[in-house]
Order: sequence, then structure tokens, then C-alpha cells
Amino acid sequence: MYKMKRIAVLVLAVVLALGAVPISASADEVTINVYNWGQYISDGTDGYIDVNAAFTEATGIKVNYMTYDTNESLYTKLKTGGSTYDIIIPSDYMVSRLIEEDMLEEINFDNIPNYQYVDEAYKNTAYDPDNKYSVPYTWGTVGVIYNKNYVDEADIGSWDLLWNEKYADKILMFDNPRDAFAIAESMLGYSYNTEDTAELEAAAEKLKEQKPVVQQYVMDQIFDKMIRGEAYVAPYYAGDYLWMLDENPDLGFYFPEEGFNFFIDAICIPKGCQNKEAAEAYINFLCDPEVSGQNLDYLGYSTPISEARQYMDPTMAESDIAYPSDEVLSNSETFLALSSETTQLMDSLWLDVKTAAADEGGNSGTLIMFAVVAVLIIIIGVLLATKNSKKKRRANRGKAN
Amino acid sequence: MRSKLLAAPYLLWMALFAIIPLCVVLYFAFTDFYTGAFTLANIIKLADYLPIFAKSVWLALISSVICLIIGYPVAYYIAGRSPLWQRLLYMLVMLPMCMSFLLRTMAWVAMLEDTGIINSVVKAIGLQPLPLIRNDAAVILGMVYNYLPYMIMPLYTVIMKIDRSLIEAAQDLGCNSSQVFRGVILPLSLPGIISGFTMVFVPAISTFYISQKLGSPGTTLIGDVIESQFKTAYNPNLGAALSLGLMVIVFICVAIMNRFSTDDDEGGVVTL
Repeated sequence: MYKMKRIAVLVLAVVLALGAVPISASADEVTINVYNWGQYISDGTDGYIDVNAAFTEATGIKVNYMTYDTNESLYTKLKTGGSTYDIIIPSDYMVSRLIEEDMLEEINFDNIPNYQYVDEAYKNTAYDPDNKYSVPYTWGTVGVIYNKNYVDEADIGSWDLLWNEKYADKILMFDNPRDAFAIAESMLGYSYNTEDTAELEAAAEKLKEQKPVVQQYVMDQIFDKMIRGEAYVAPYYAGDYLWMLDENPDLGFYFPEEGFNFFIDAICIPKGCQNKEAAEAYINFLCDPEVSGQNLDYLGYSTPISEARQYMDPTMAESDIAYPSDEVLSNSETFLALSSETTQLMDSLWLDVKTAAADEGGNSGTLIMFAVVAVLIIIIGVLLATKNSKKKRRANRGKAN
Repeated sequence: MRSKLLAAPYLLWMALFAIIPLCVVLYFAFTDFYTGAFTLANIIKLADYLPIFAKSVWLALISSVICLIIGYPVAYYIAGRSPLWQRLLYMLVMLPMCMSFLLRTMAWVAMLEDTGIINSVVKAIGLQPLPLIRNDAAVILGMVYNYLPYMIMPLYTVIMKIDRSLIEAAQDLGCNSSQVFRGVILPLSLPGIISGFTMVFVPAISTFYISQKLGSPGTTLIGDVIESQFKTAYNPNLGAALSLGLMVIVFICVAIMNRFSTDDDEGGVVTL
């Protein structure tokens, strides 16, 4: 027994030692872990710049690039730990939540000389008032993308297109609480930053009403579905619309009259970063006007660096969807960080929306309950029957012996 | 002593990756998200998800039954061929499993979509596209397709092992082929049916990817809810409670299924 214990300890020690060995191949090779939204960096397709490759070429620092699809999943990933990232690119409200929960490193701006090119309008923002933790990457707006071949021009203009039964099963919806609630709040005339329980509950009701016409709750799948015409209507980020338009010229876009979200996505360094200087070099590289221009030319999102626009395709640089007029923008509202109680309430209301049975065919829920009860009764019946027969068999066997 | 020593790596593995995680799940399920204090709130909240639990059980049951109906004749057929054919056919059954499960499901999406392969053909003929995807039937199809090999494998193993002389004896005693099947083959293949049913039912009840890709927004299964608790809603405590609930249901179901087996099982078939 004592020997066994010793072996067990040995095995455990070996397992732990193996786990502690770093995976990096050699010591002098620096690699940074970049965690970004899906489809959110120019990757060299169609002759555009490959940002990560260009960065490695310029600095010798390797990039290990990974993606997420919502701010909430980024947050969960950071919170549950287990993996370390050097660069993350959350949206405004998530930046302030991360600052509040002390999950970001202060950036050393001496290492980011290109920060001087960032427009004043994107400095000292509400989410990072002291400009300590973030550098803007892109900004943009949310609107409605629709397929001109199938959607009647008379129906567009408002968010209610997403509730229109005419296009049932052809409507996509955001798969994250903040963006989804913002749409319902627009329609009900509430602020996107409301902390009022009744208002949030009303918004959730509104989203439940929409559920029967929704084809799916999606994020990046929207690209594929809208381009192929699998769905006709979807709310999404204006920059992504411009990207999709290249693939399917039948797609249209509008800013809903009730108002829409204006957002800034910012580059941050999370706590636990392994290589802060390399991460800052990466941020500096992204802020280079030429890189930013070429990168966002491909992405379709708007650049916070005016200098960068000269490196863009002129149609992109002058697009009134990527760079709407001040008049249009006056109808927009930014997300602010909500209190953690409100965030939790919104999360649970959102889960309610997503798990609520869609009212297709009336009372399918009751039907299911009935069926389950019926099956249970049958199972119990069979159980009793087999028990009896087993007893009988045993009894017979006993007799034979 | 010697055999104990050989089992040590496995016991250690179980302790590290099954018992300890299970304790963590238990801990989370019974504690509060913020304070970490003991609470039953998570368990009480499970009641809200009863309809989803019921729906998951229901869809998994239907899938298992369909797998049995399709899988039994296939296994029976394979078991009756010459050894060479047996190997070849068995490999064919296994072949789809060499491909990623996600990829196979995505392939079904590409086939069933409104603009997918089947509906393009339907439209080309001049008919209205069919509503093939985003309903319960599509989810069941996905489950049956993905889990059918798990039904065929144990059935085949058991049927193959049935002693031919028993069948001959039954025939000699005047049984016709349906009597042979009902009186000899079916009872002897019961362990295979039970383990096959279990091996399909257990993954089917906890599935989440299939229902997301092939189901409608209304076909949320319990696996989807658990996934979103961890992935987006960040409420691991409720997620743990839901997992615990699912585990209890699975154990009950497996226990019920095991009641069907005779107490002196022939052959060491996994029954979980």
C-alpha cells in the first residue's frame, strides 16, 4: 500500500511538471496572443494587407490569433481564466466593465507613438475617461441589412421590419443581449442604458414577440446567410454590411428612424498579459495610419484615424454608411457600462427570451408534456411486467432444480 | 496487490478527471454566484426549465427509438454475412465517424437549408421549396444520423455472438422464422439493444450543437441552455445546477433501461 502511494505521488508530480512546461518553442522567439472578434482584421484575402503577417515581418514578433463572437463570451473567457491573452478588442461598454473589475493593464503610451494620429473625438471617451486602458481600433454603427430582391421598399425605414410577419423565418437577430435589447429599447423609446427593471422587462417581452418570425439568433453566421440569400433581413454592424455588399450587390442598408447604436471598439491589454511591450508594439502597429487605412478598407468599419482615410479606396473613405453625416449620427446613442445587477438581469431576461417556446402551432409545449407523461406510464408498466416475469422465471428455475 | 497496481493509473485518472470535477459541479450547484454561500436557489430555478428538460428527453427518446428501428436490421444483416463482408460493412458503418461531428452536422445544414442542395433541386423542377430545416424533425434527423453507429456497434457485437446451434435447435423443434426471431434471437440480443439505446440516448439528451444548427429558435434543448450559462450569461452556478439535473435524469433513464436486461447477462457489454 505504501509503495502504491509513492507511485501515485510520483505520477502526480510528473503530470504537474508536464503541465508547467511552457509551450513556446524557443526562448528568444516572442509570441503574442491576440484575441479579437471574428472577421475583424484584414487577413490578406483579395490582395488586401495581411496585418498579422506584416506585423511579424516588421517586428519579428509572432502573432497567435484567436477569435470570439460576442463581448459577453470574451468576458466569460477572461473571467474563467485558463488562457492568457496579450491583446483584446472589446467594445466600449465592455471596456468600462473590464476597467471597473480591474481586469485591464494600464497601457504605456510612450511605446505607442502612433497614438498621436488618433482623432481627438475618440480620446477621453466615456468608457475610458482618463485614457489609460484603451486605444480605439474602429468605430461604427448598427443598422438593418436587407435583401432588395425580396424586401419591399415600402417596409423599410424602421426597426419594425425585424418584426414583420411577411418575412417570417427569413429574419435574423443578434445573438447577444446588449445589441438585441438595444433594438427593442429603440422601438419602445427607452434609453439603451436604462437600469429600470420594468423597462428591461418590457423590452424582453418585445423580443419574445419577435421570436416566432426569427429564423435564428446569430453573430458571424450572418455573413454567410445574408450573402447566400438564406435570410433576407438582419440587424448588424454597418462595417460588415459594406463587406457583405462586395459579395452580394443586392443587399441594402438603412439607419432605423427610431435611433441606433454608435460604438467604439478599443484595443486593450488584459491583466495576466505575458508580453506587455510586444503587445504595445502591436497596438502601435495597428494605429499606423497606413496599416489602419488598409486594414479598415478591407473590413468596412470606420477608422478613428482621419489620416488613414487617404490610404483607403476613395469609395470606402467617402461612404456615407461608414462615415455618416453628423445629422445622421445625432440619432445614435452609445452603450455605457451597466451596473452588475442590471447586467445580470439583462442576461437572465435574454436567456428567457432565447429559451421561451416560440408559439408555433399553439400549445406544442403541453403536447410534449403529455407525451412525456405517456412514455413514463408505459415505462413503469413495462417495468412492472418484467419484474413479474423475472420472478416467475426464477420461481420456475427453482422448481426445475 | 499486483492487479491493484495495474489499475492505479486508471484510478488516478478517474480521480483527477471525473471525481474532482464532479465535486466542483456539486459545489457550484449549491452555492450562490456572488457570495459563495450555500443556497438551494439554483436547484429551485431548475423548475423554470422543466419544459426544456422534457423536450430534450422527448427528442432523445424518439431519436433512440428510430436508431433502434433502423440499426437493428442493419446489425442483423451484417452479422449474417461472411467474415470478409462483415468487416467491410462494419467499416462502412464506422466510416462517417472518422469525420468531425461538427462537419457532418454542417453538411446537413448545407443540404437542408432553404437555399441548400435539396431545395435548389426542388426549385429547379419548379416546385415550392420545402421547409426541411429549423424544425424538430430536422433535429431528430441530425441526432439519428450522428448517433446511429453507436446503436449498430453493440447490436452487431451481440448478434454475432449468438450461438447458431440455438437457432438450429429452435428450427428443429418446429419454430417458423418469426418464432425463432421472437423466441431466440431477440431475447439474446437484448443486452445489445440496451447498451445501444443507452449509447444513443445519453449523448442525444445532452446535445447542443445539432439543435442550434438544425433546429428553430424554439427548439432550445437543455444542452443549449447549459452552454449559454457558461458561454454568454456567465452564471456557472445555474449551469452547474442544470448539469446536475441532466445527470440525474440520465441516471434515472439508464437505471430504467437496465431493468430490462436479464440478471444473468451473457457477454460483457457496456451498460454504463
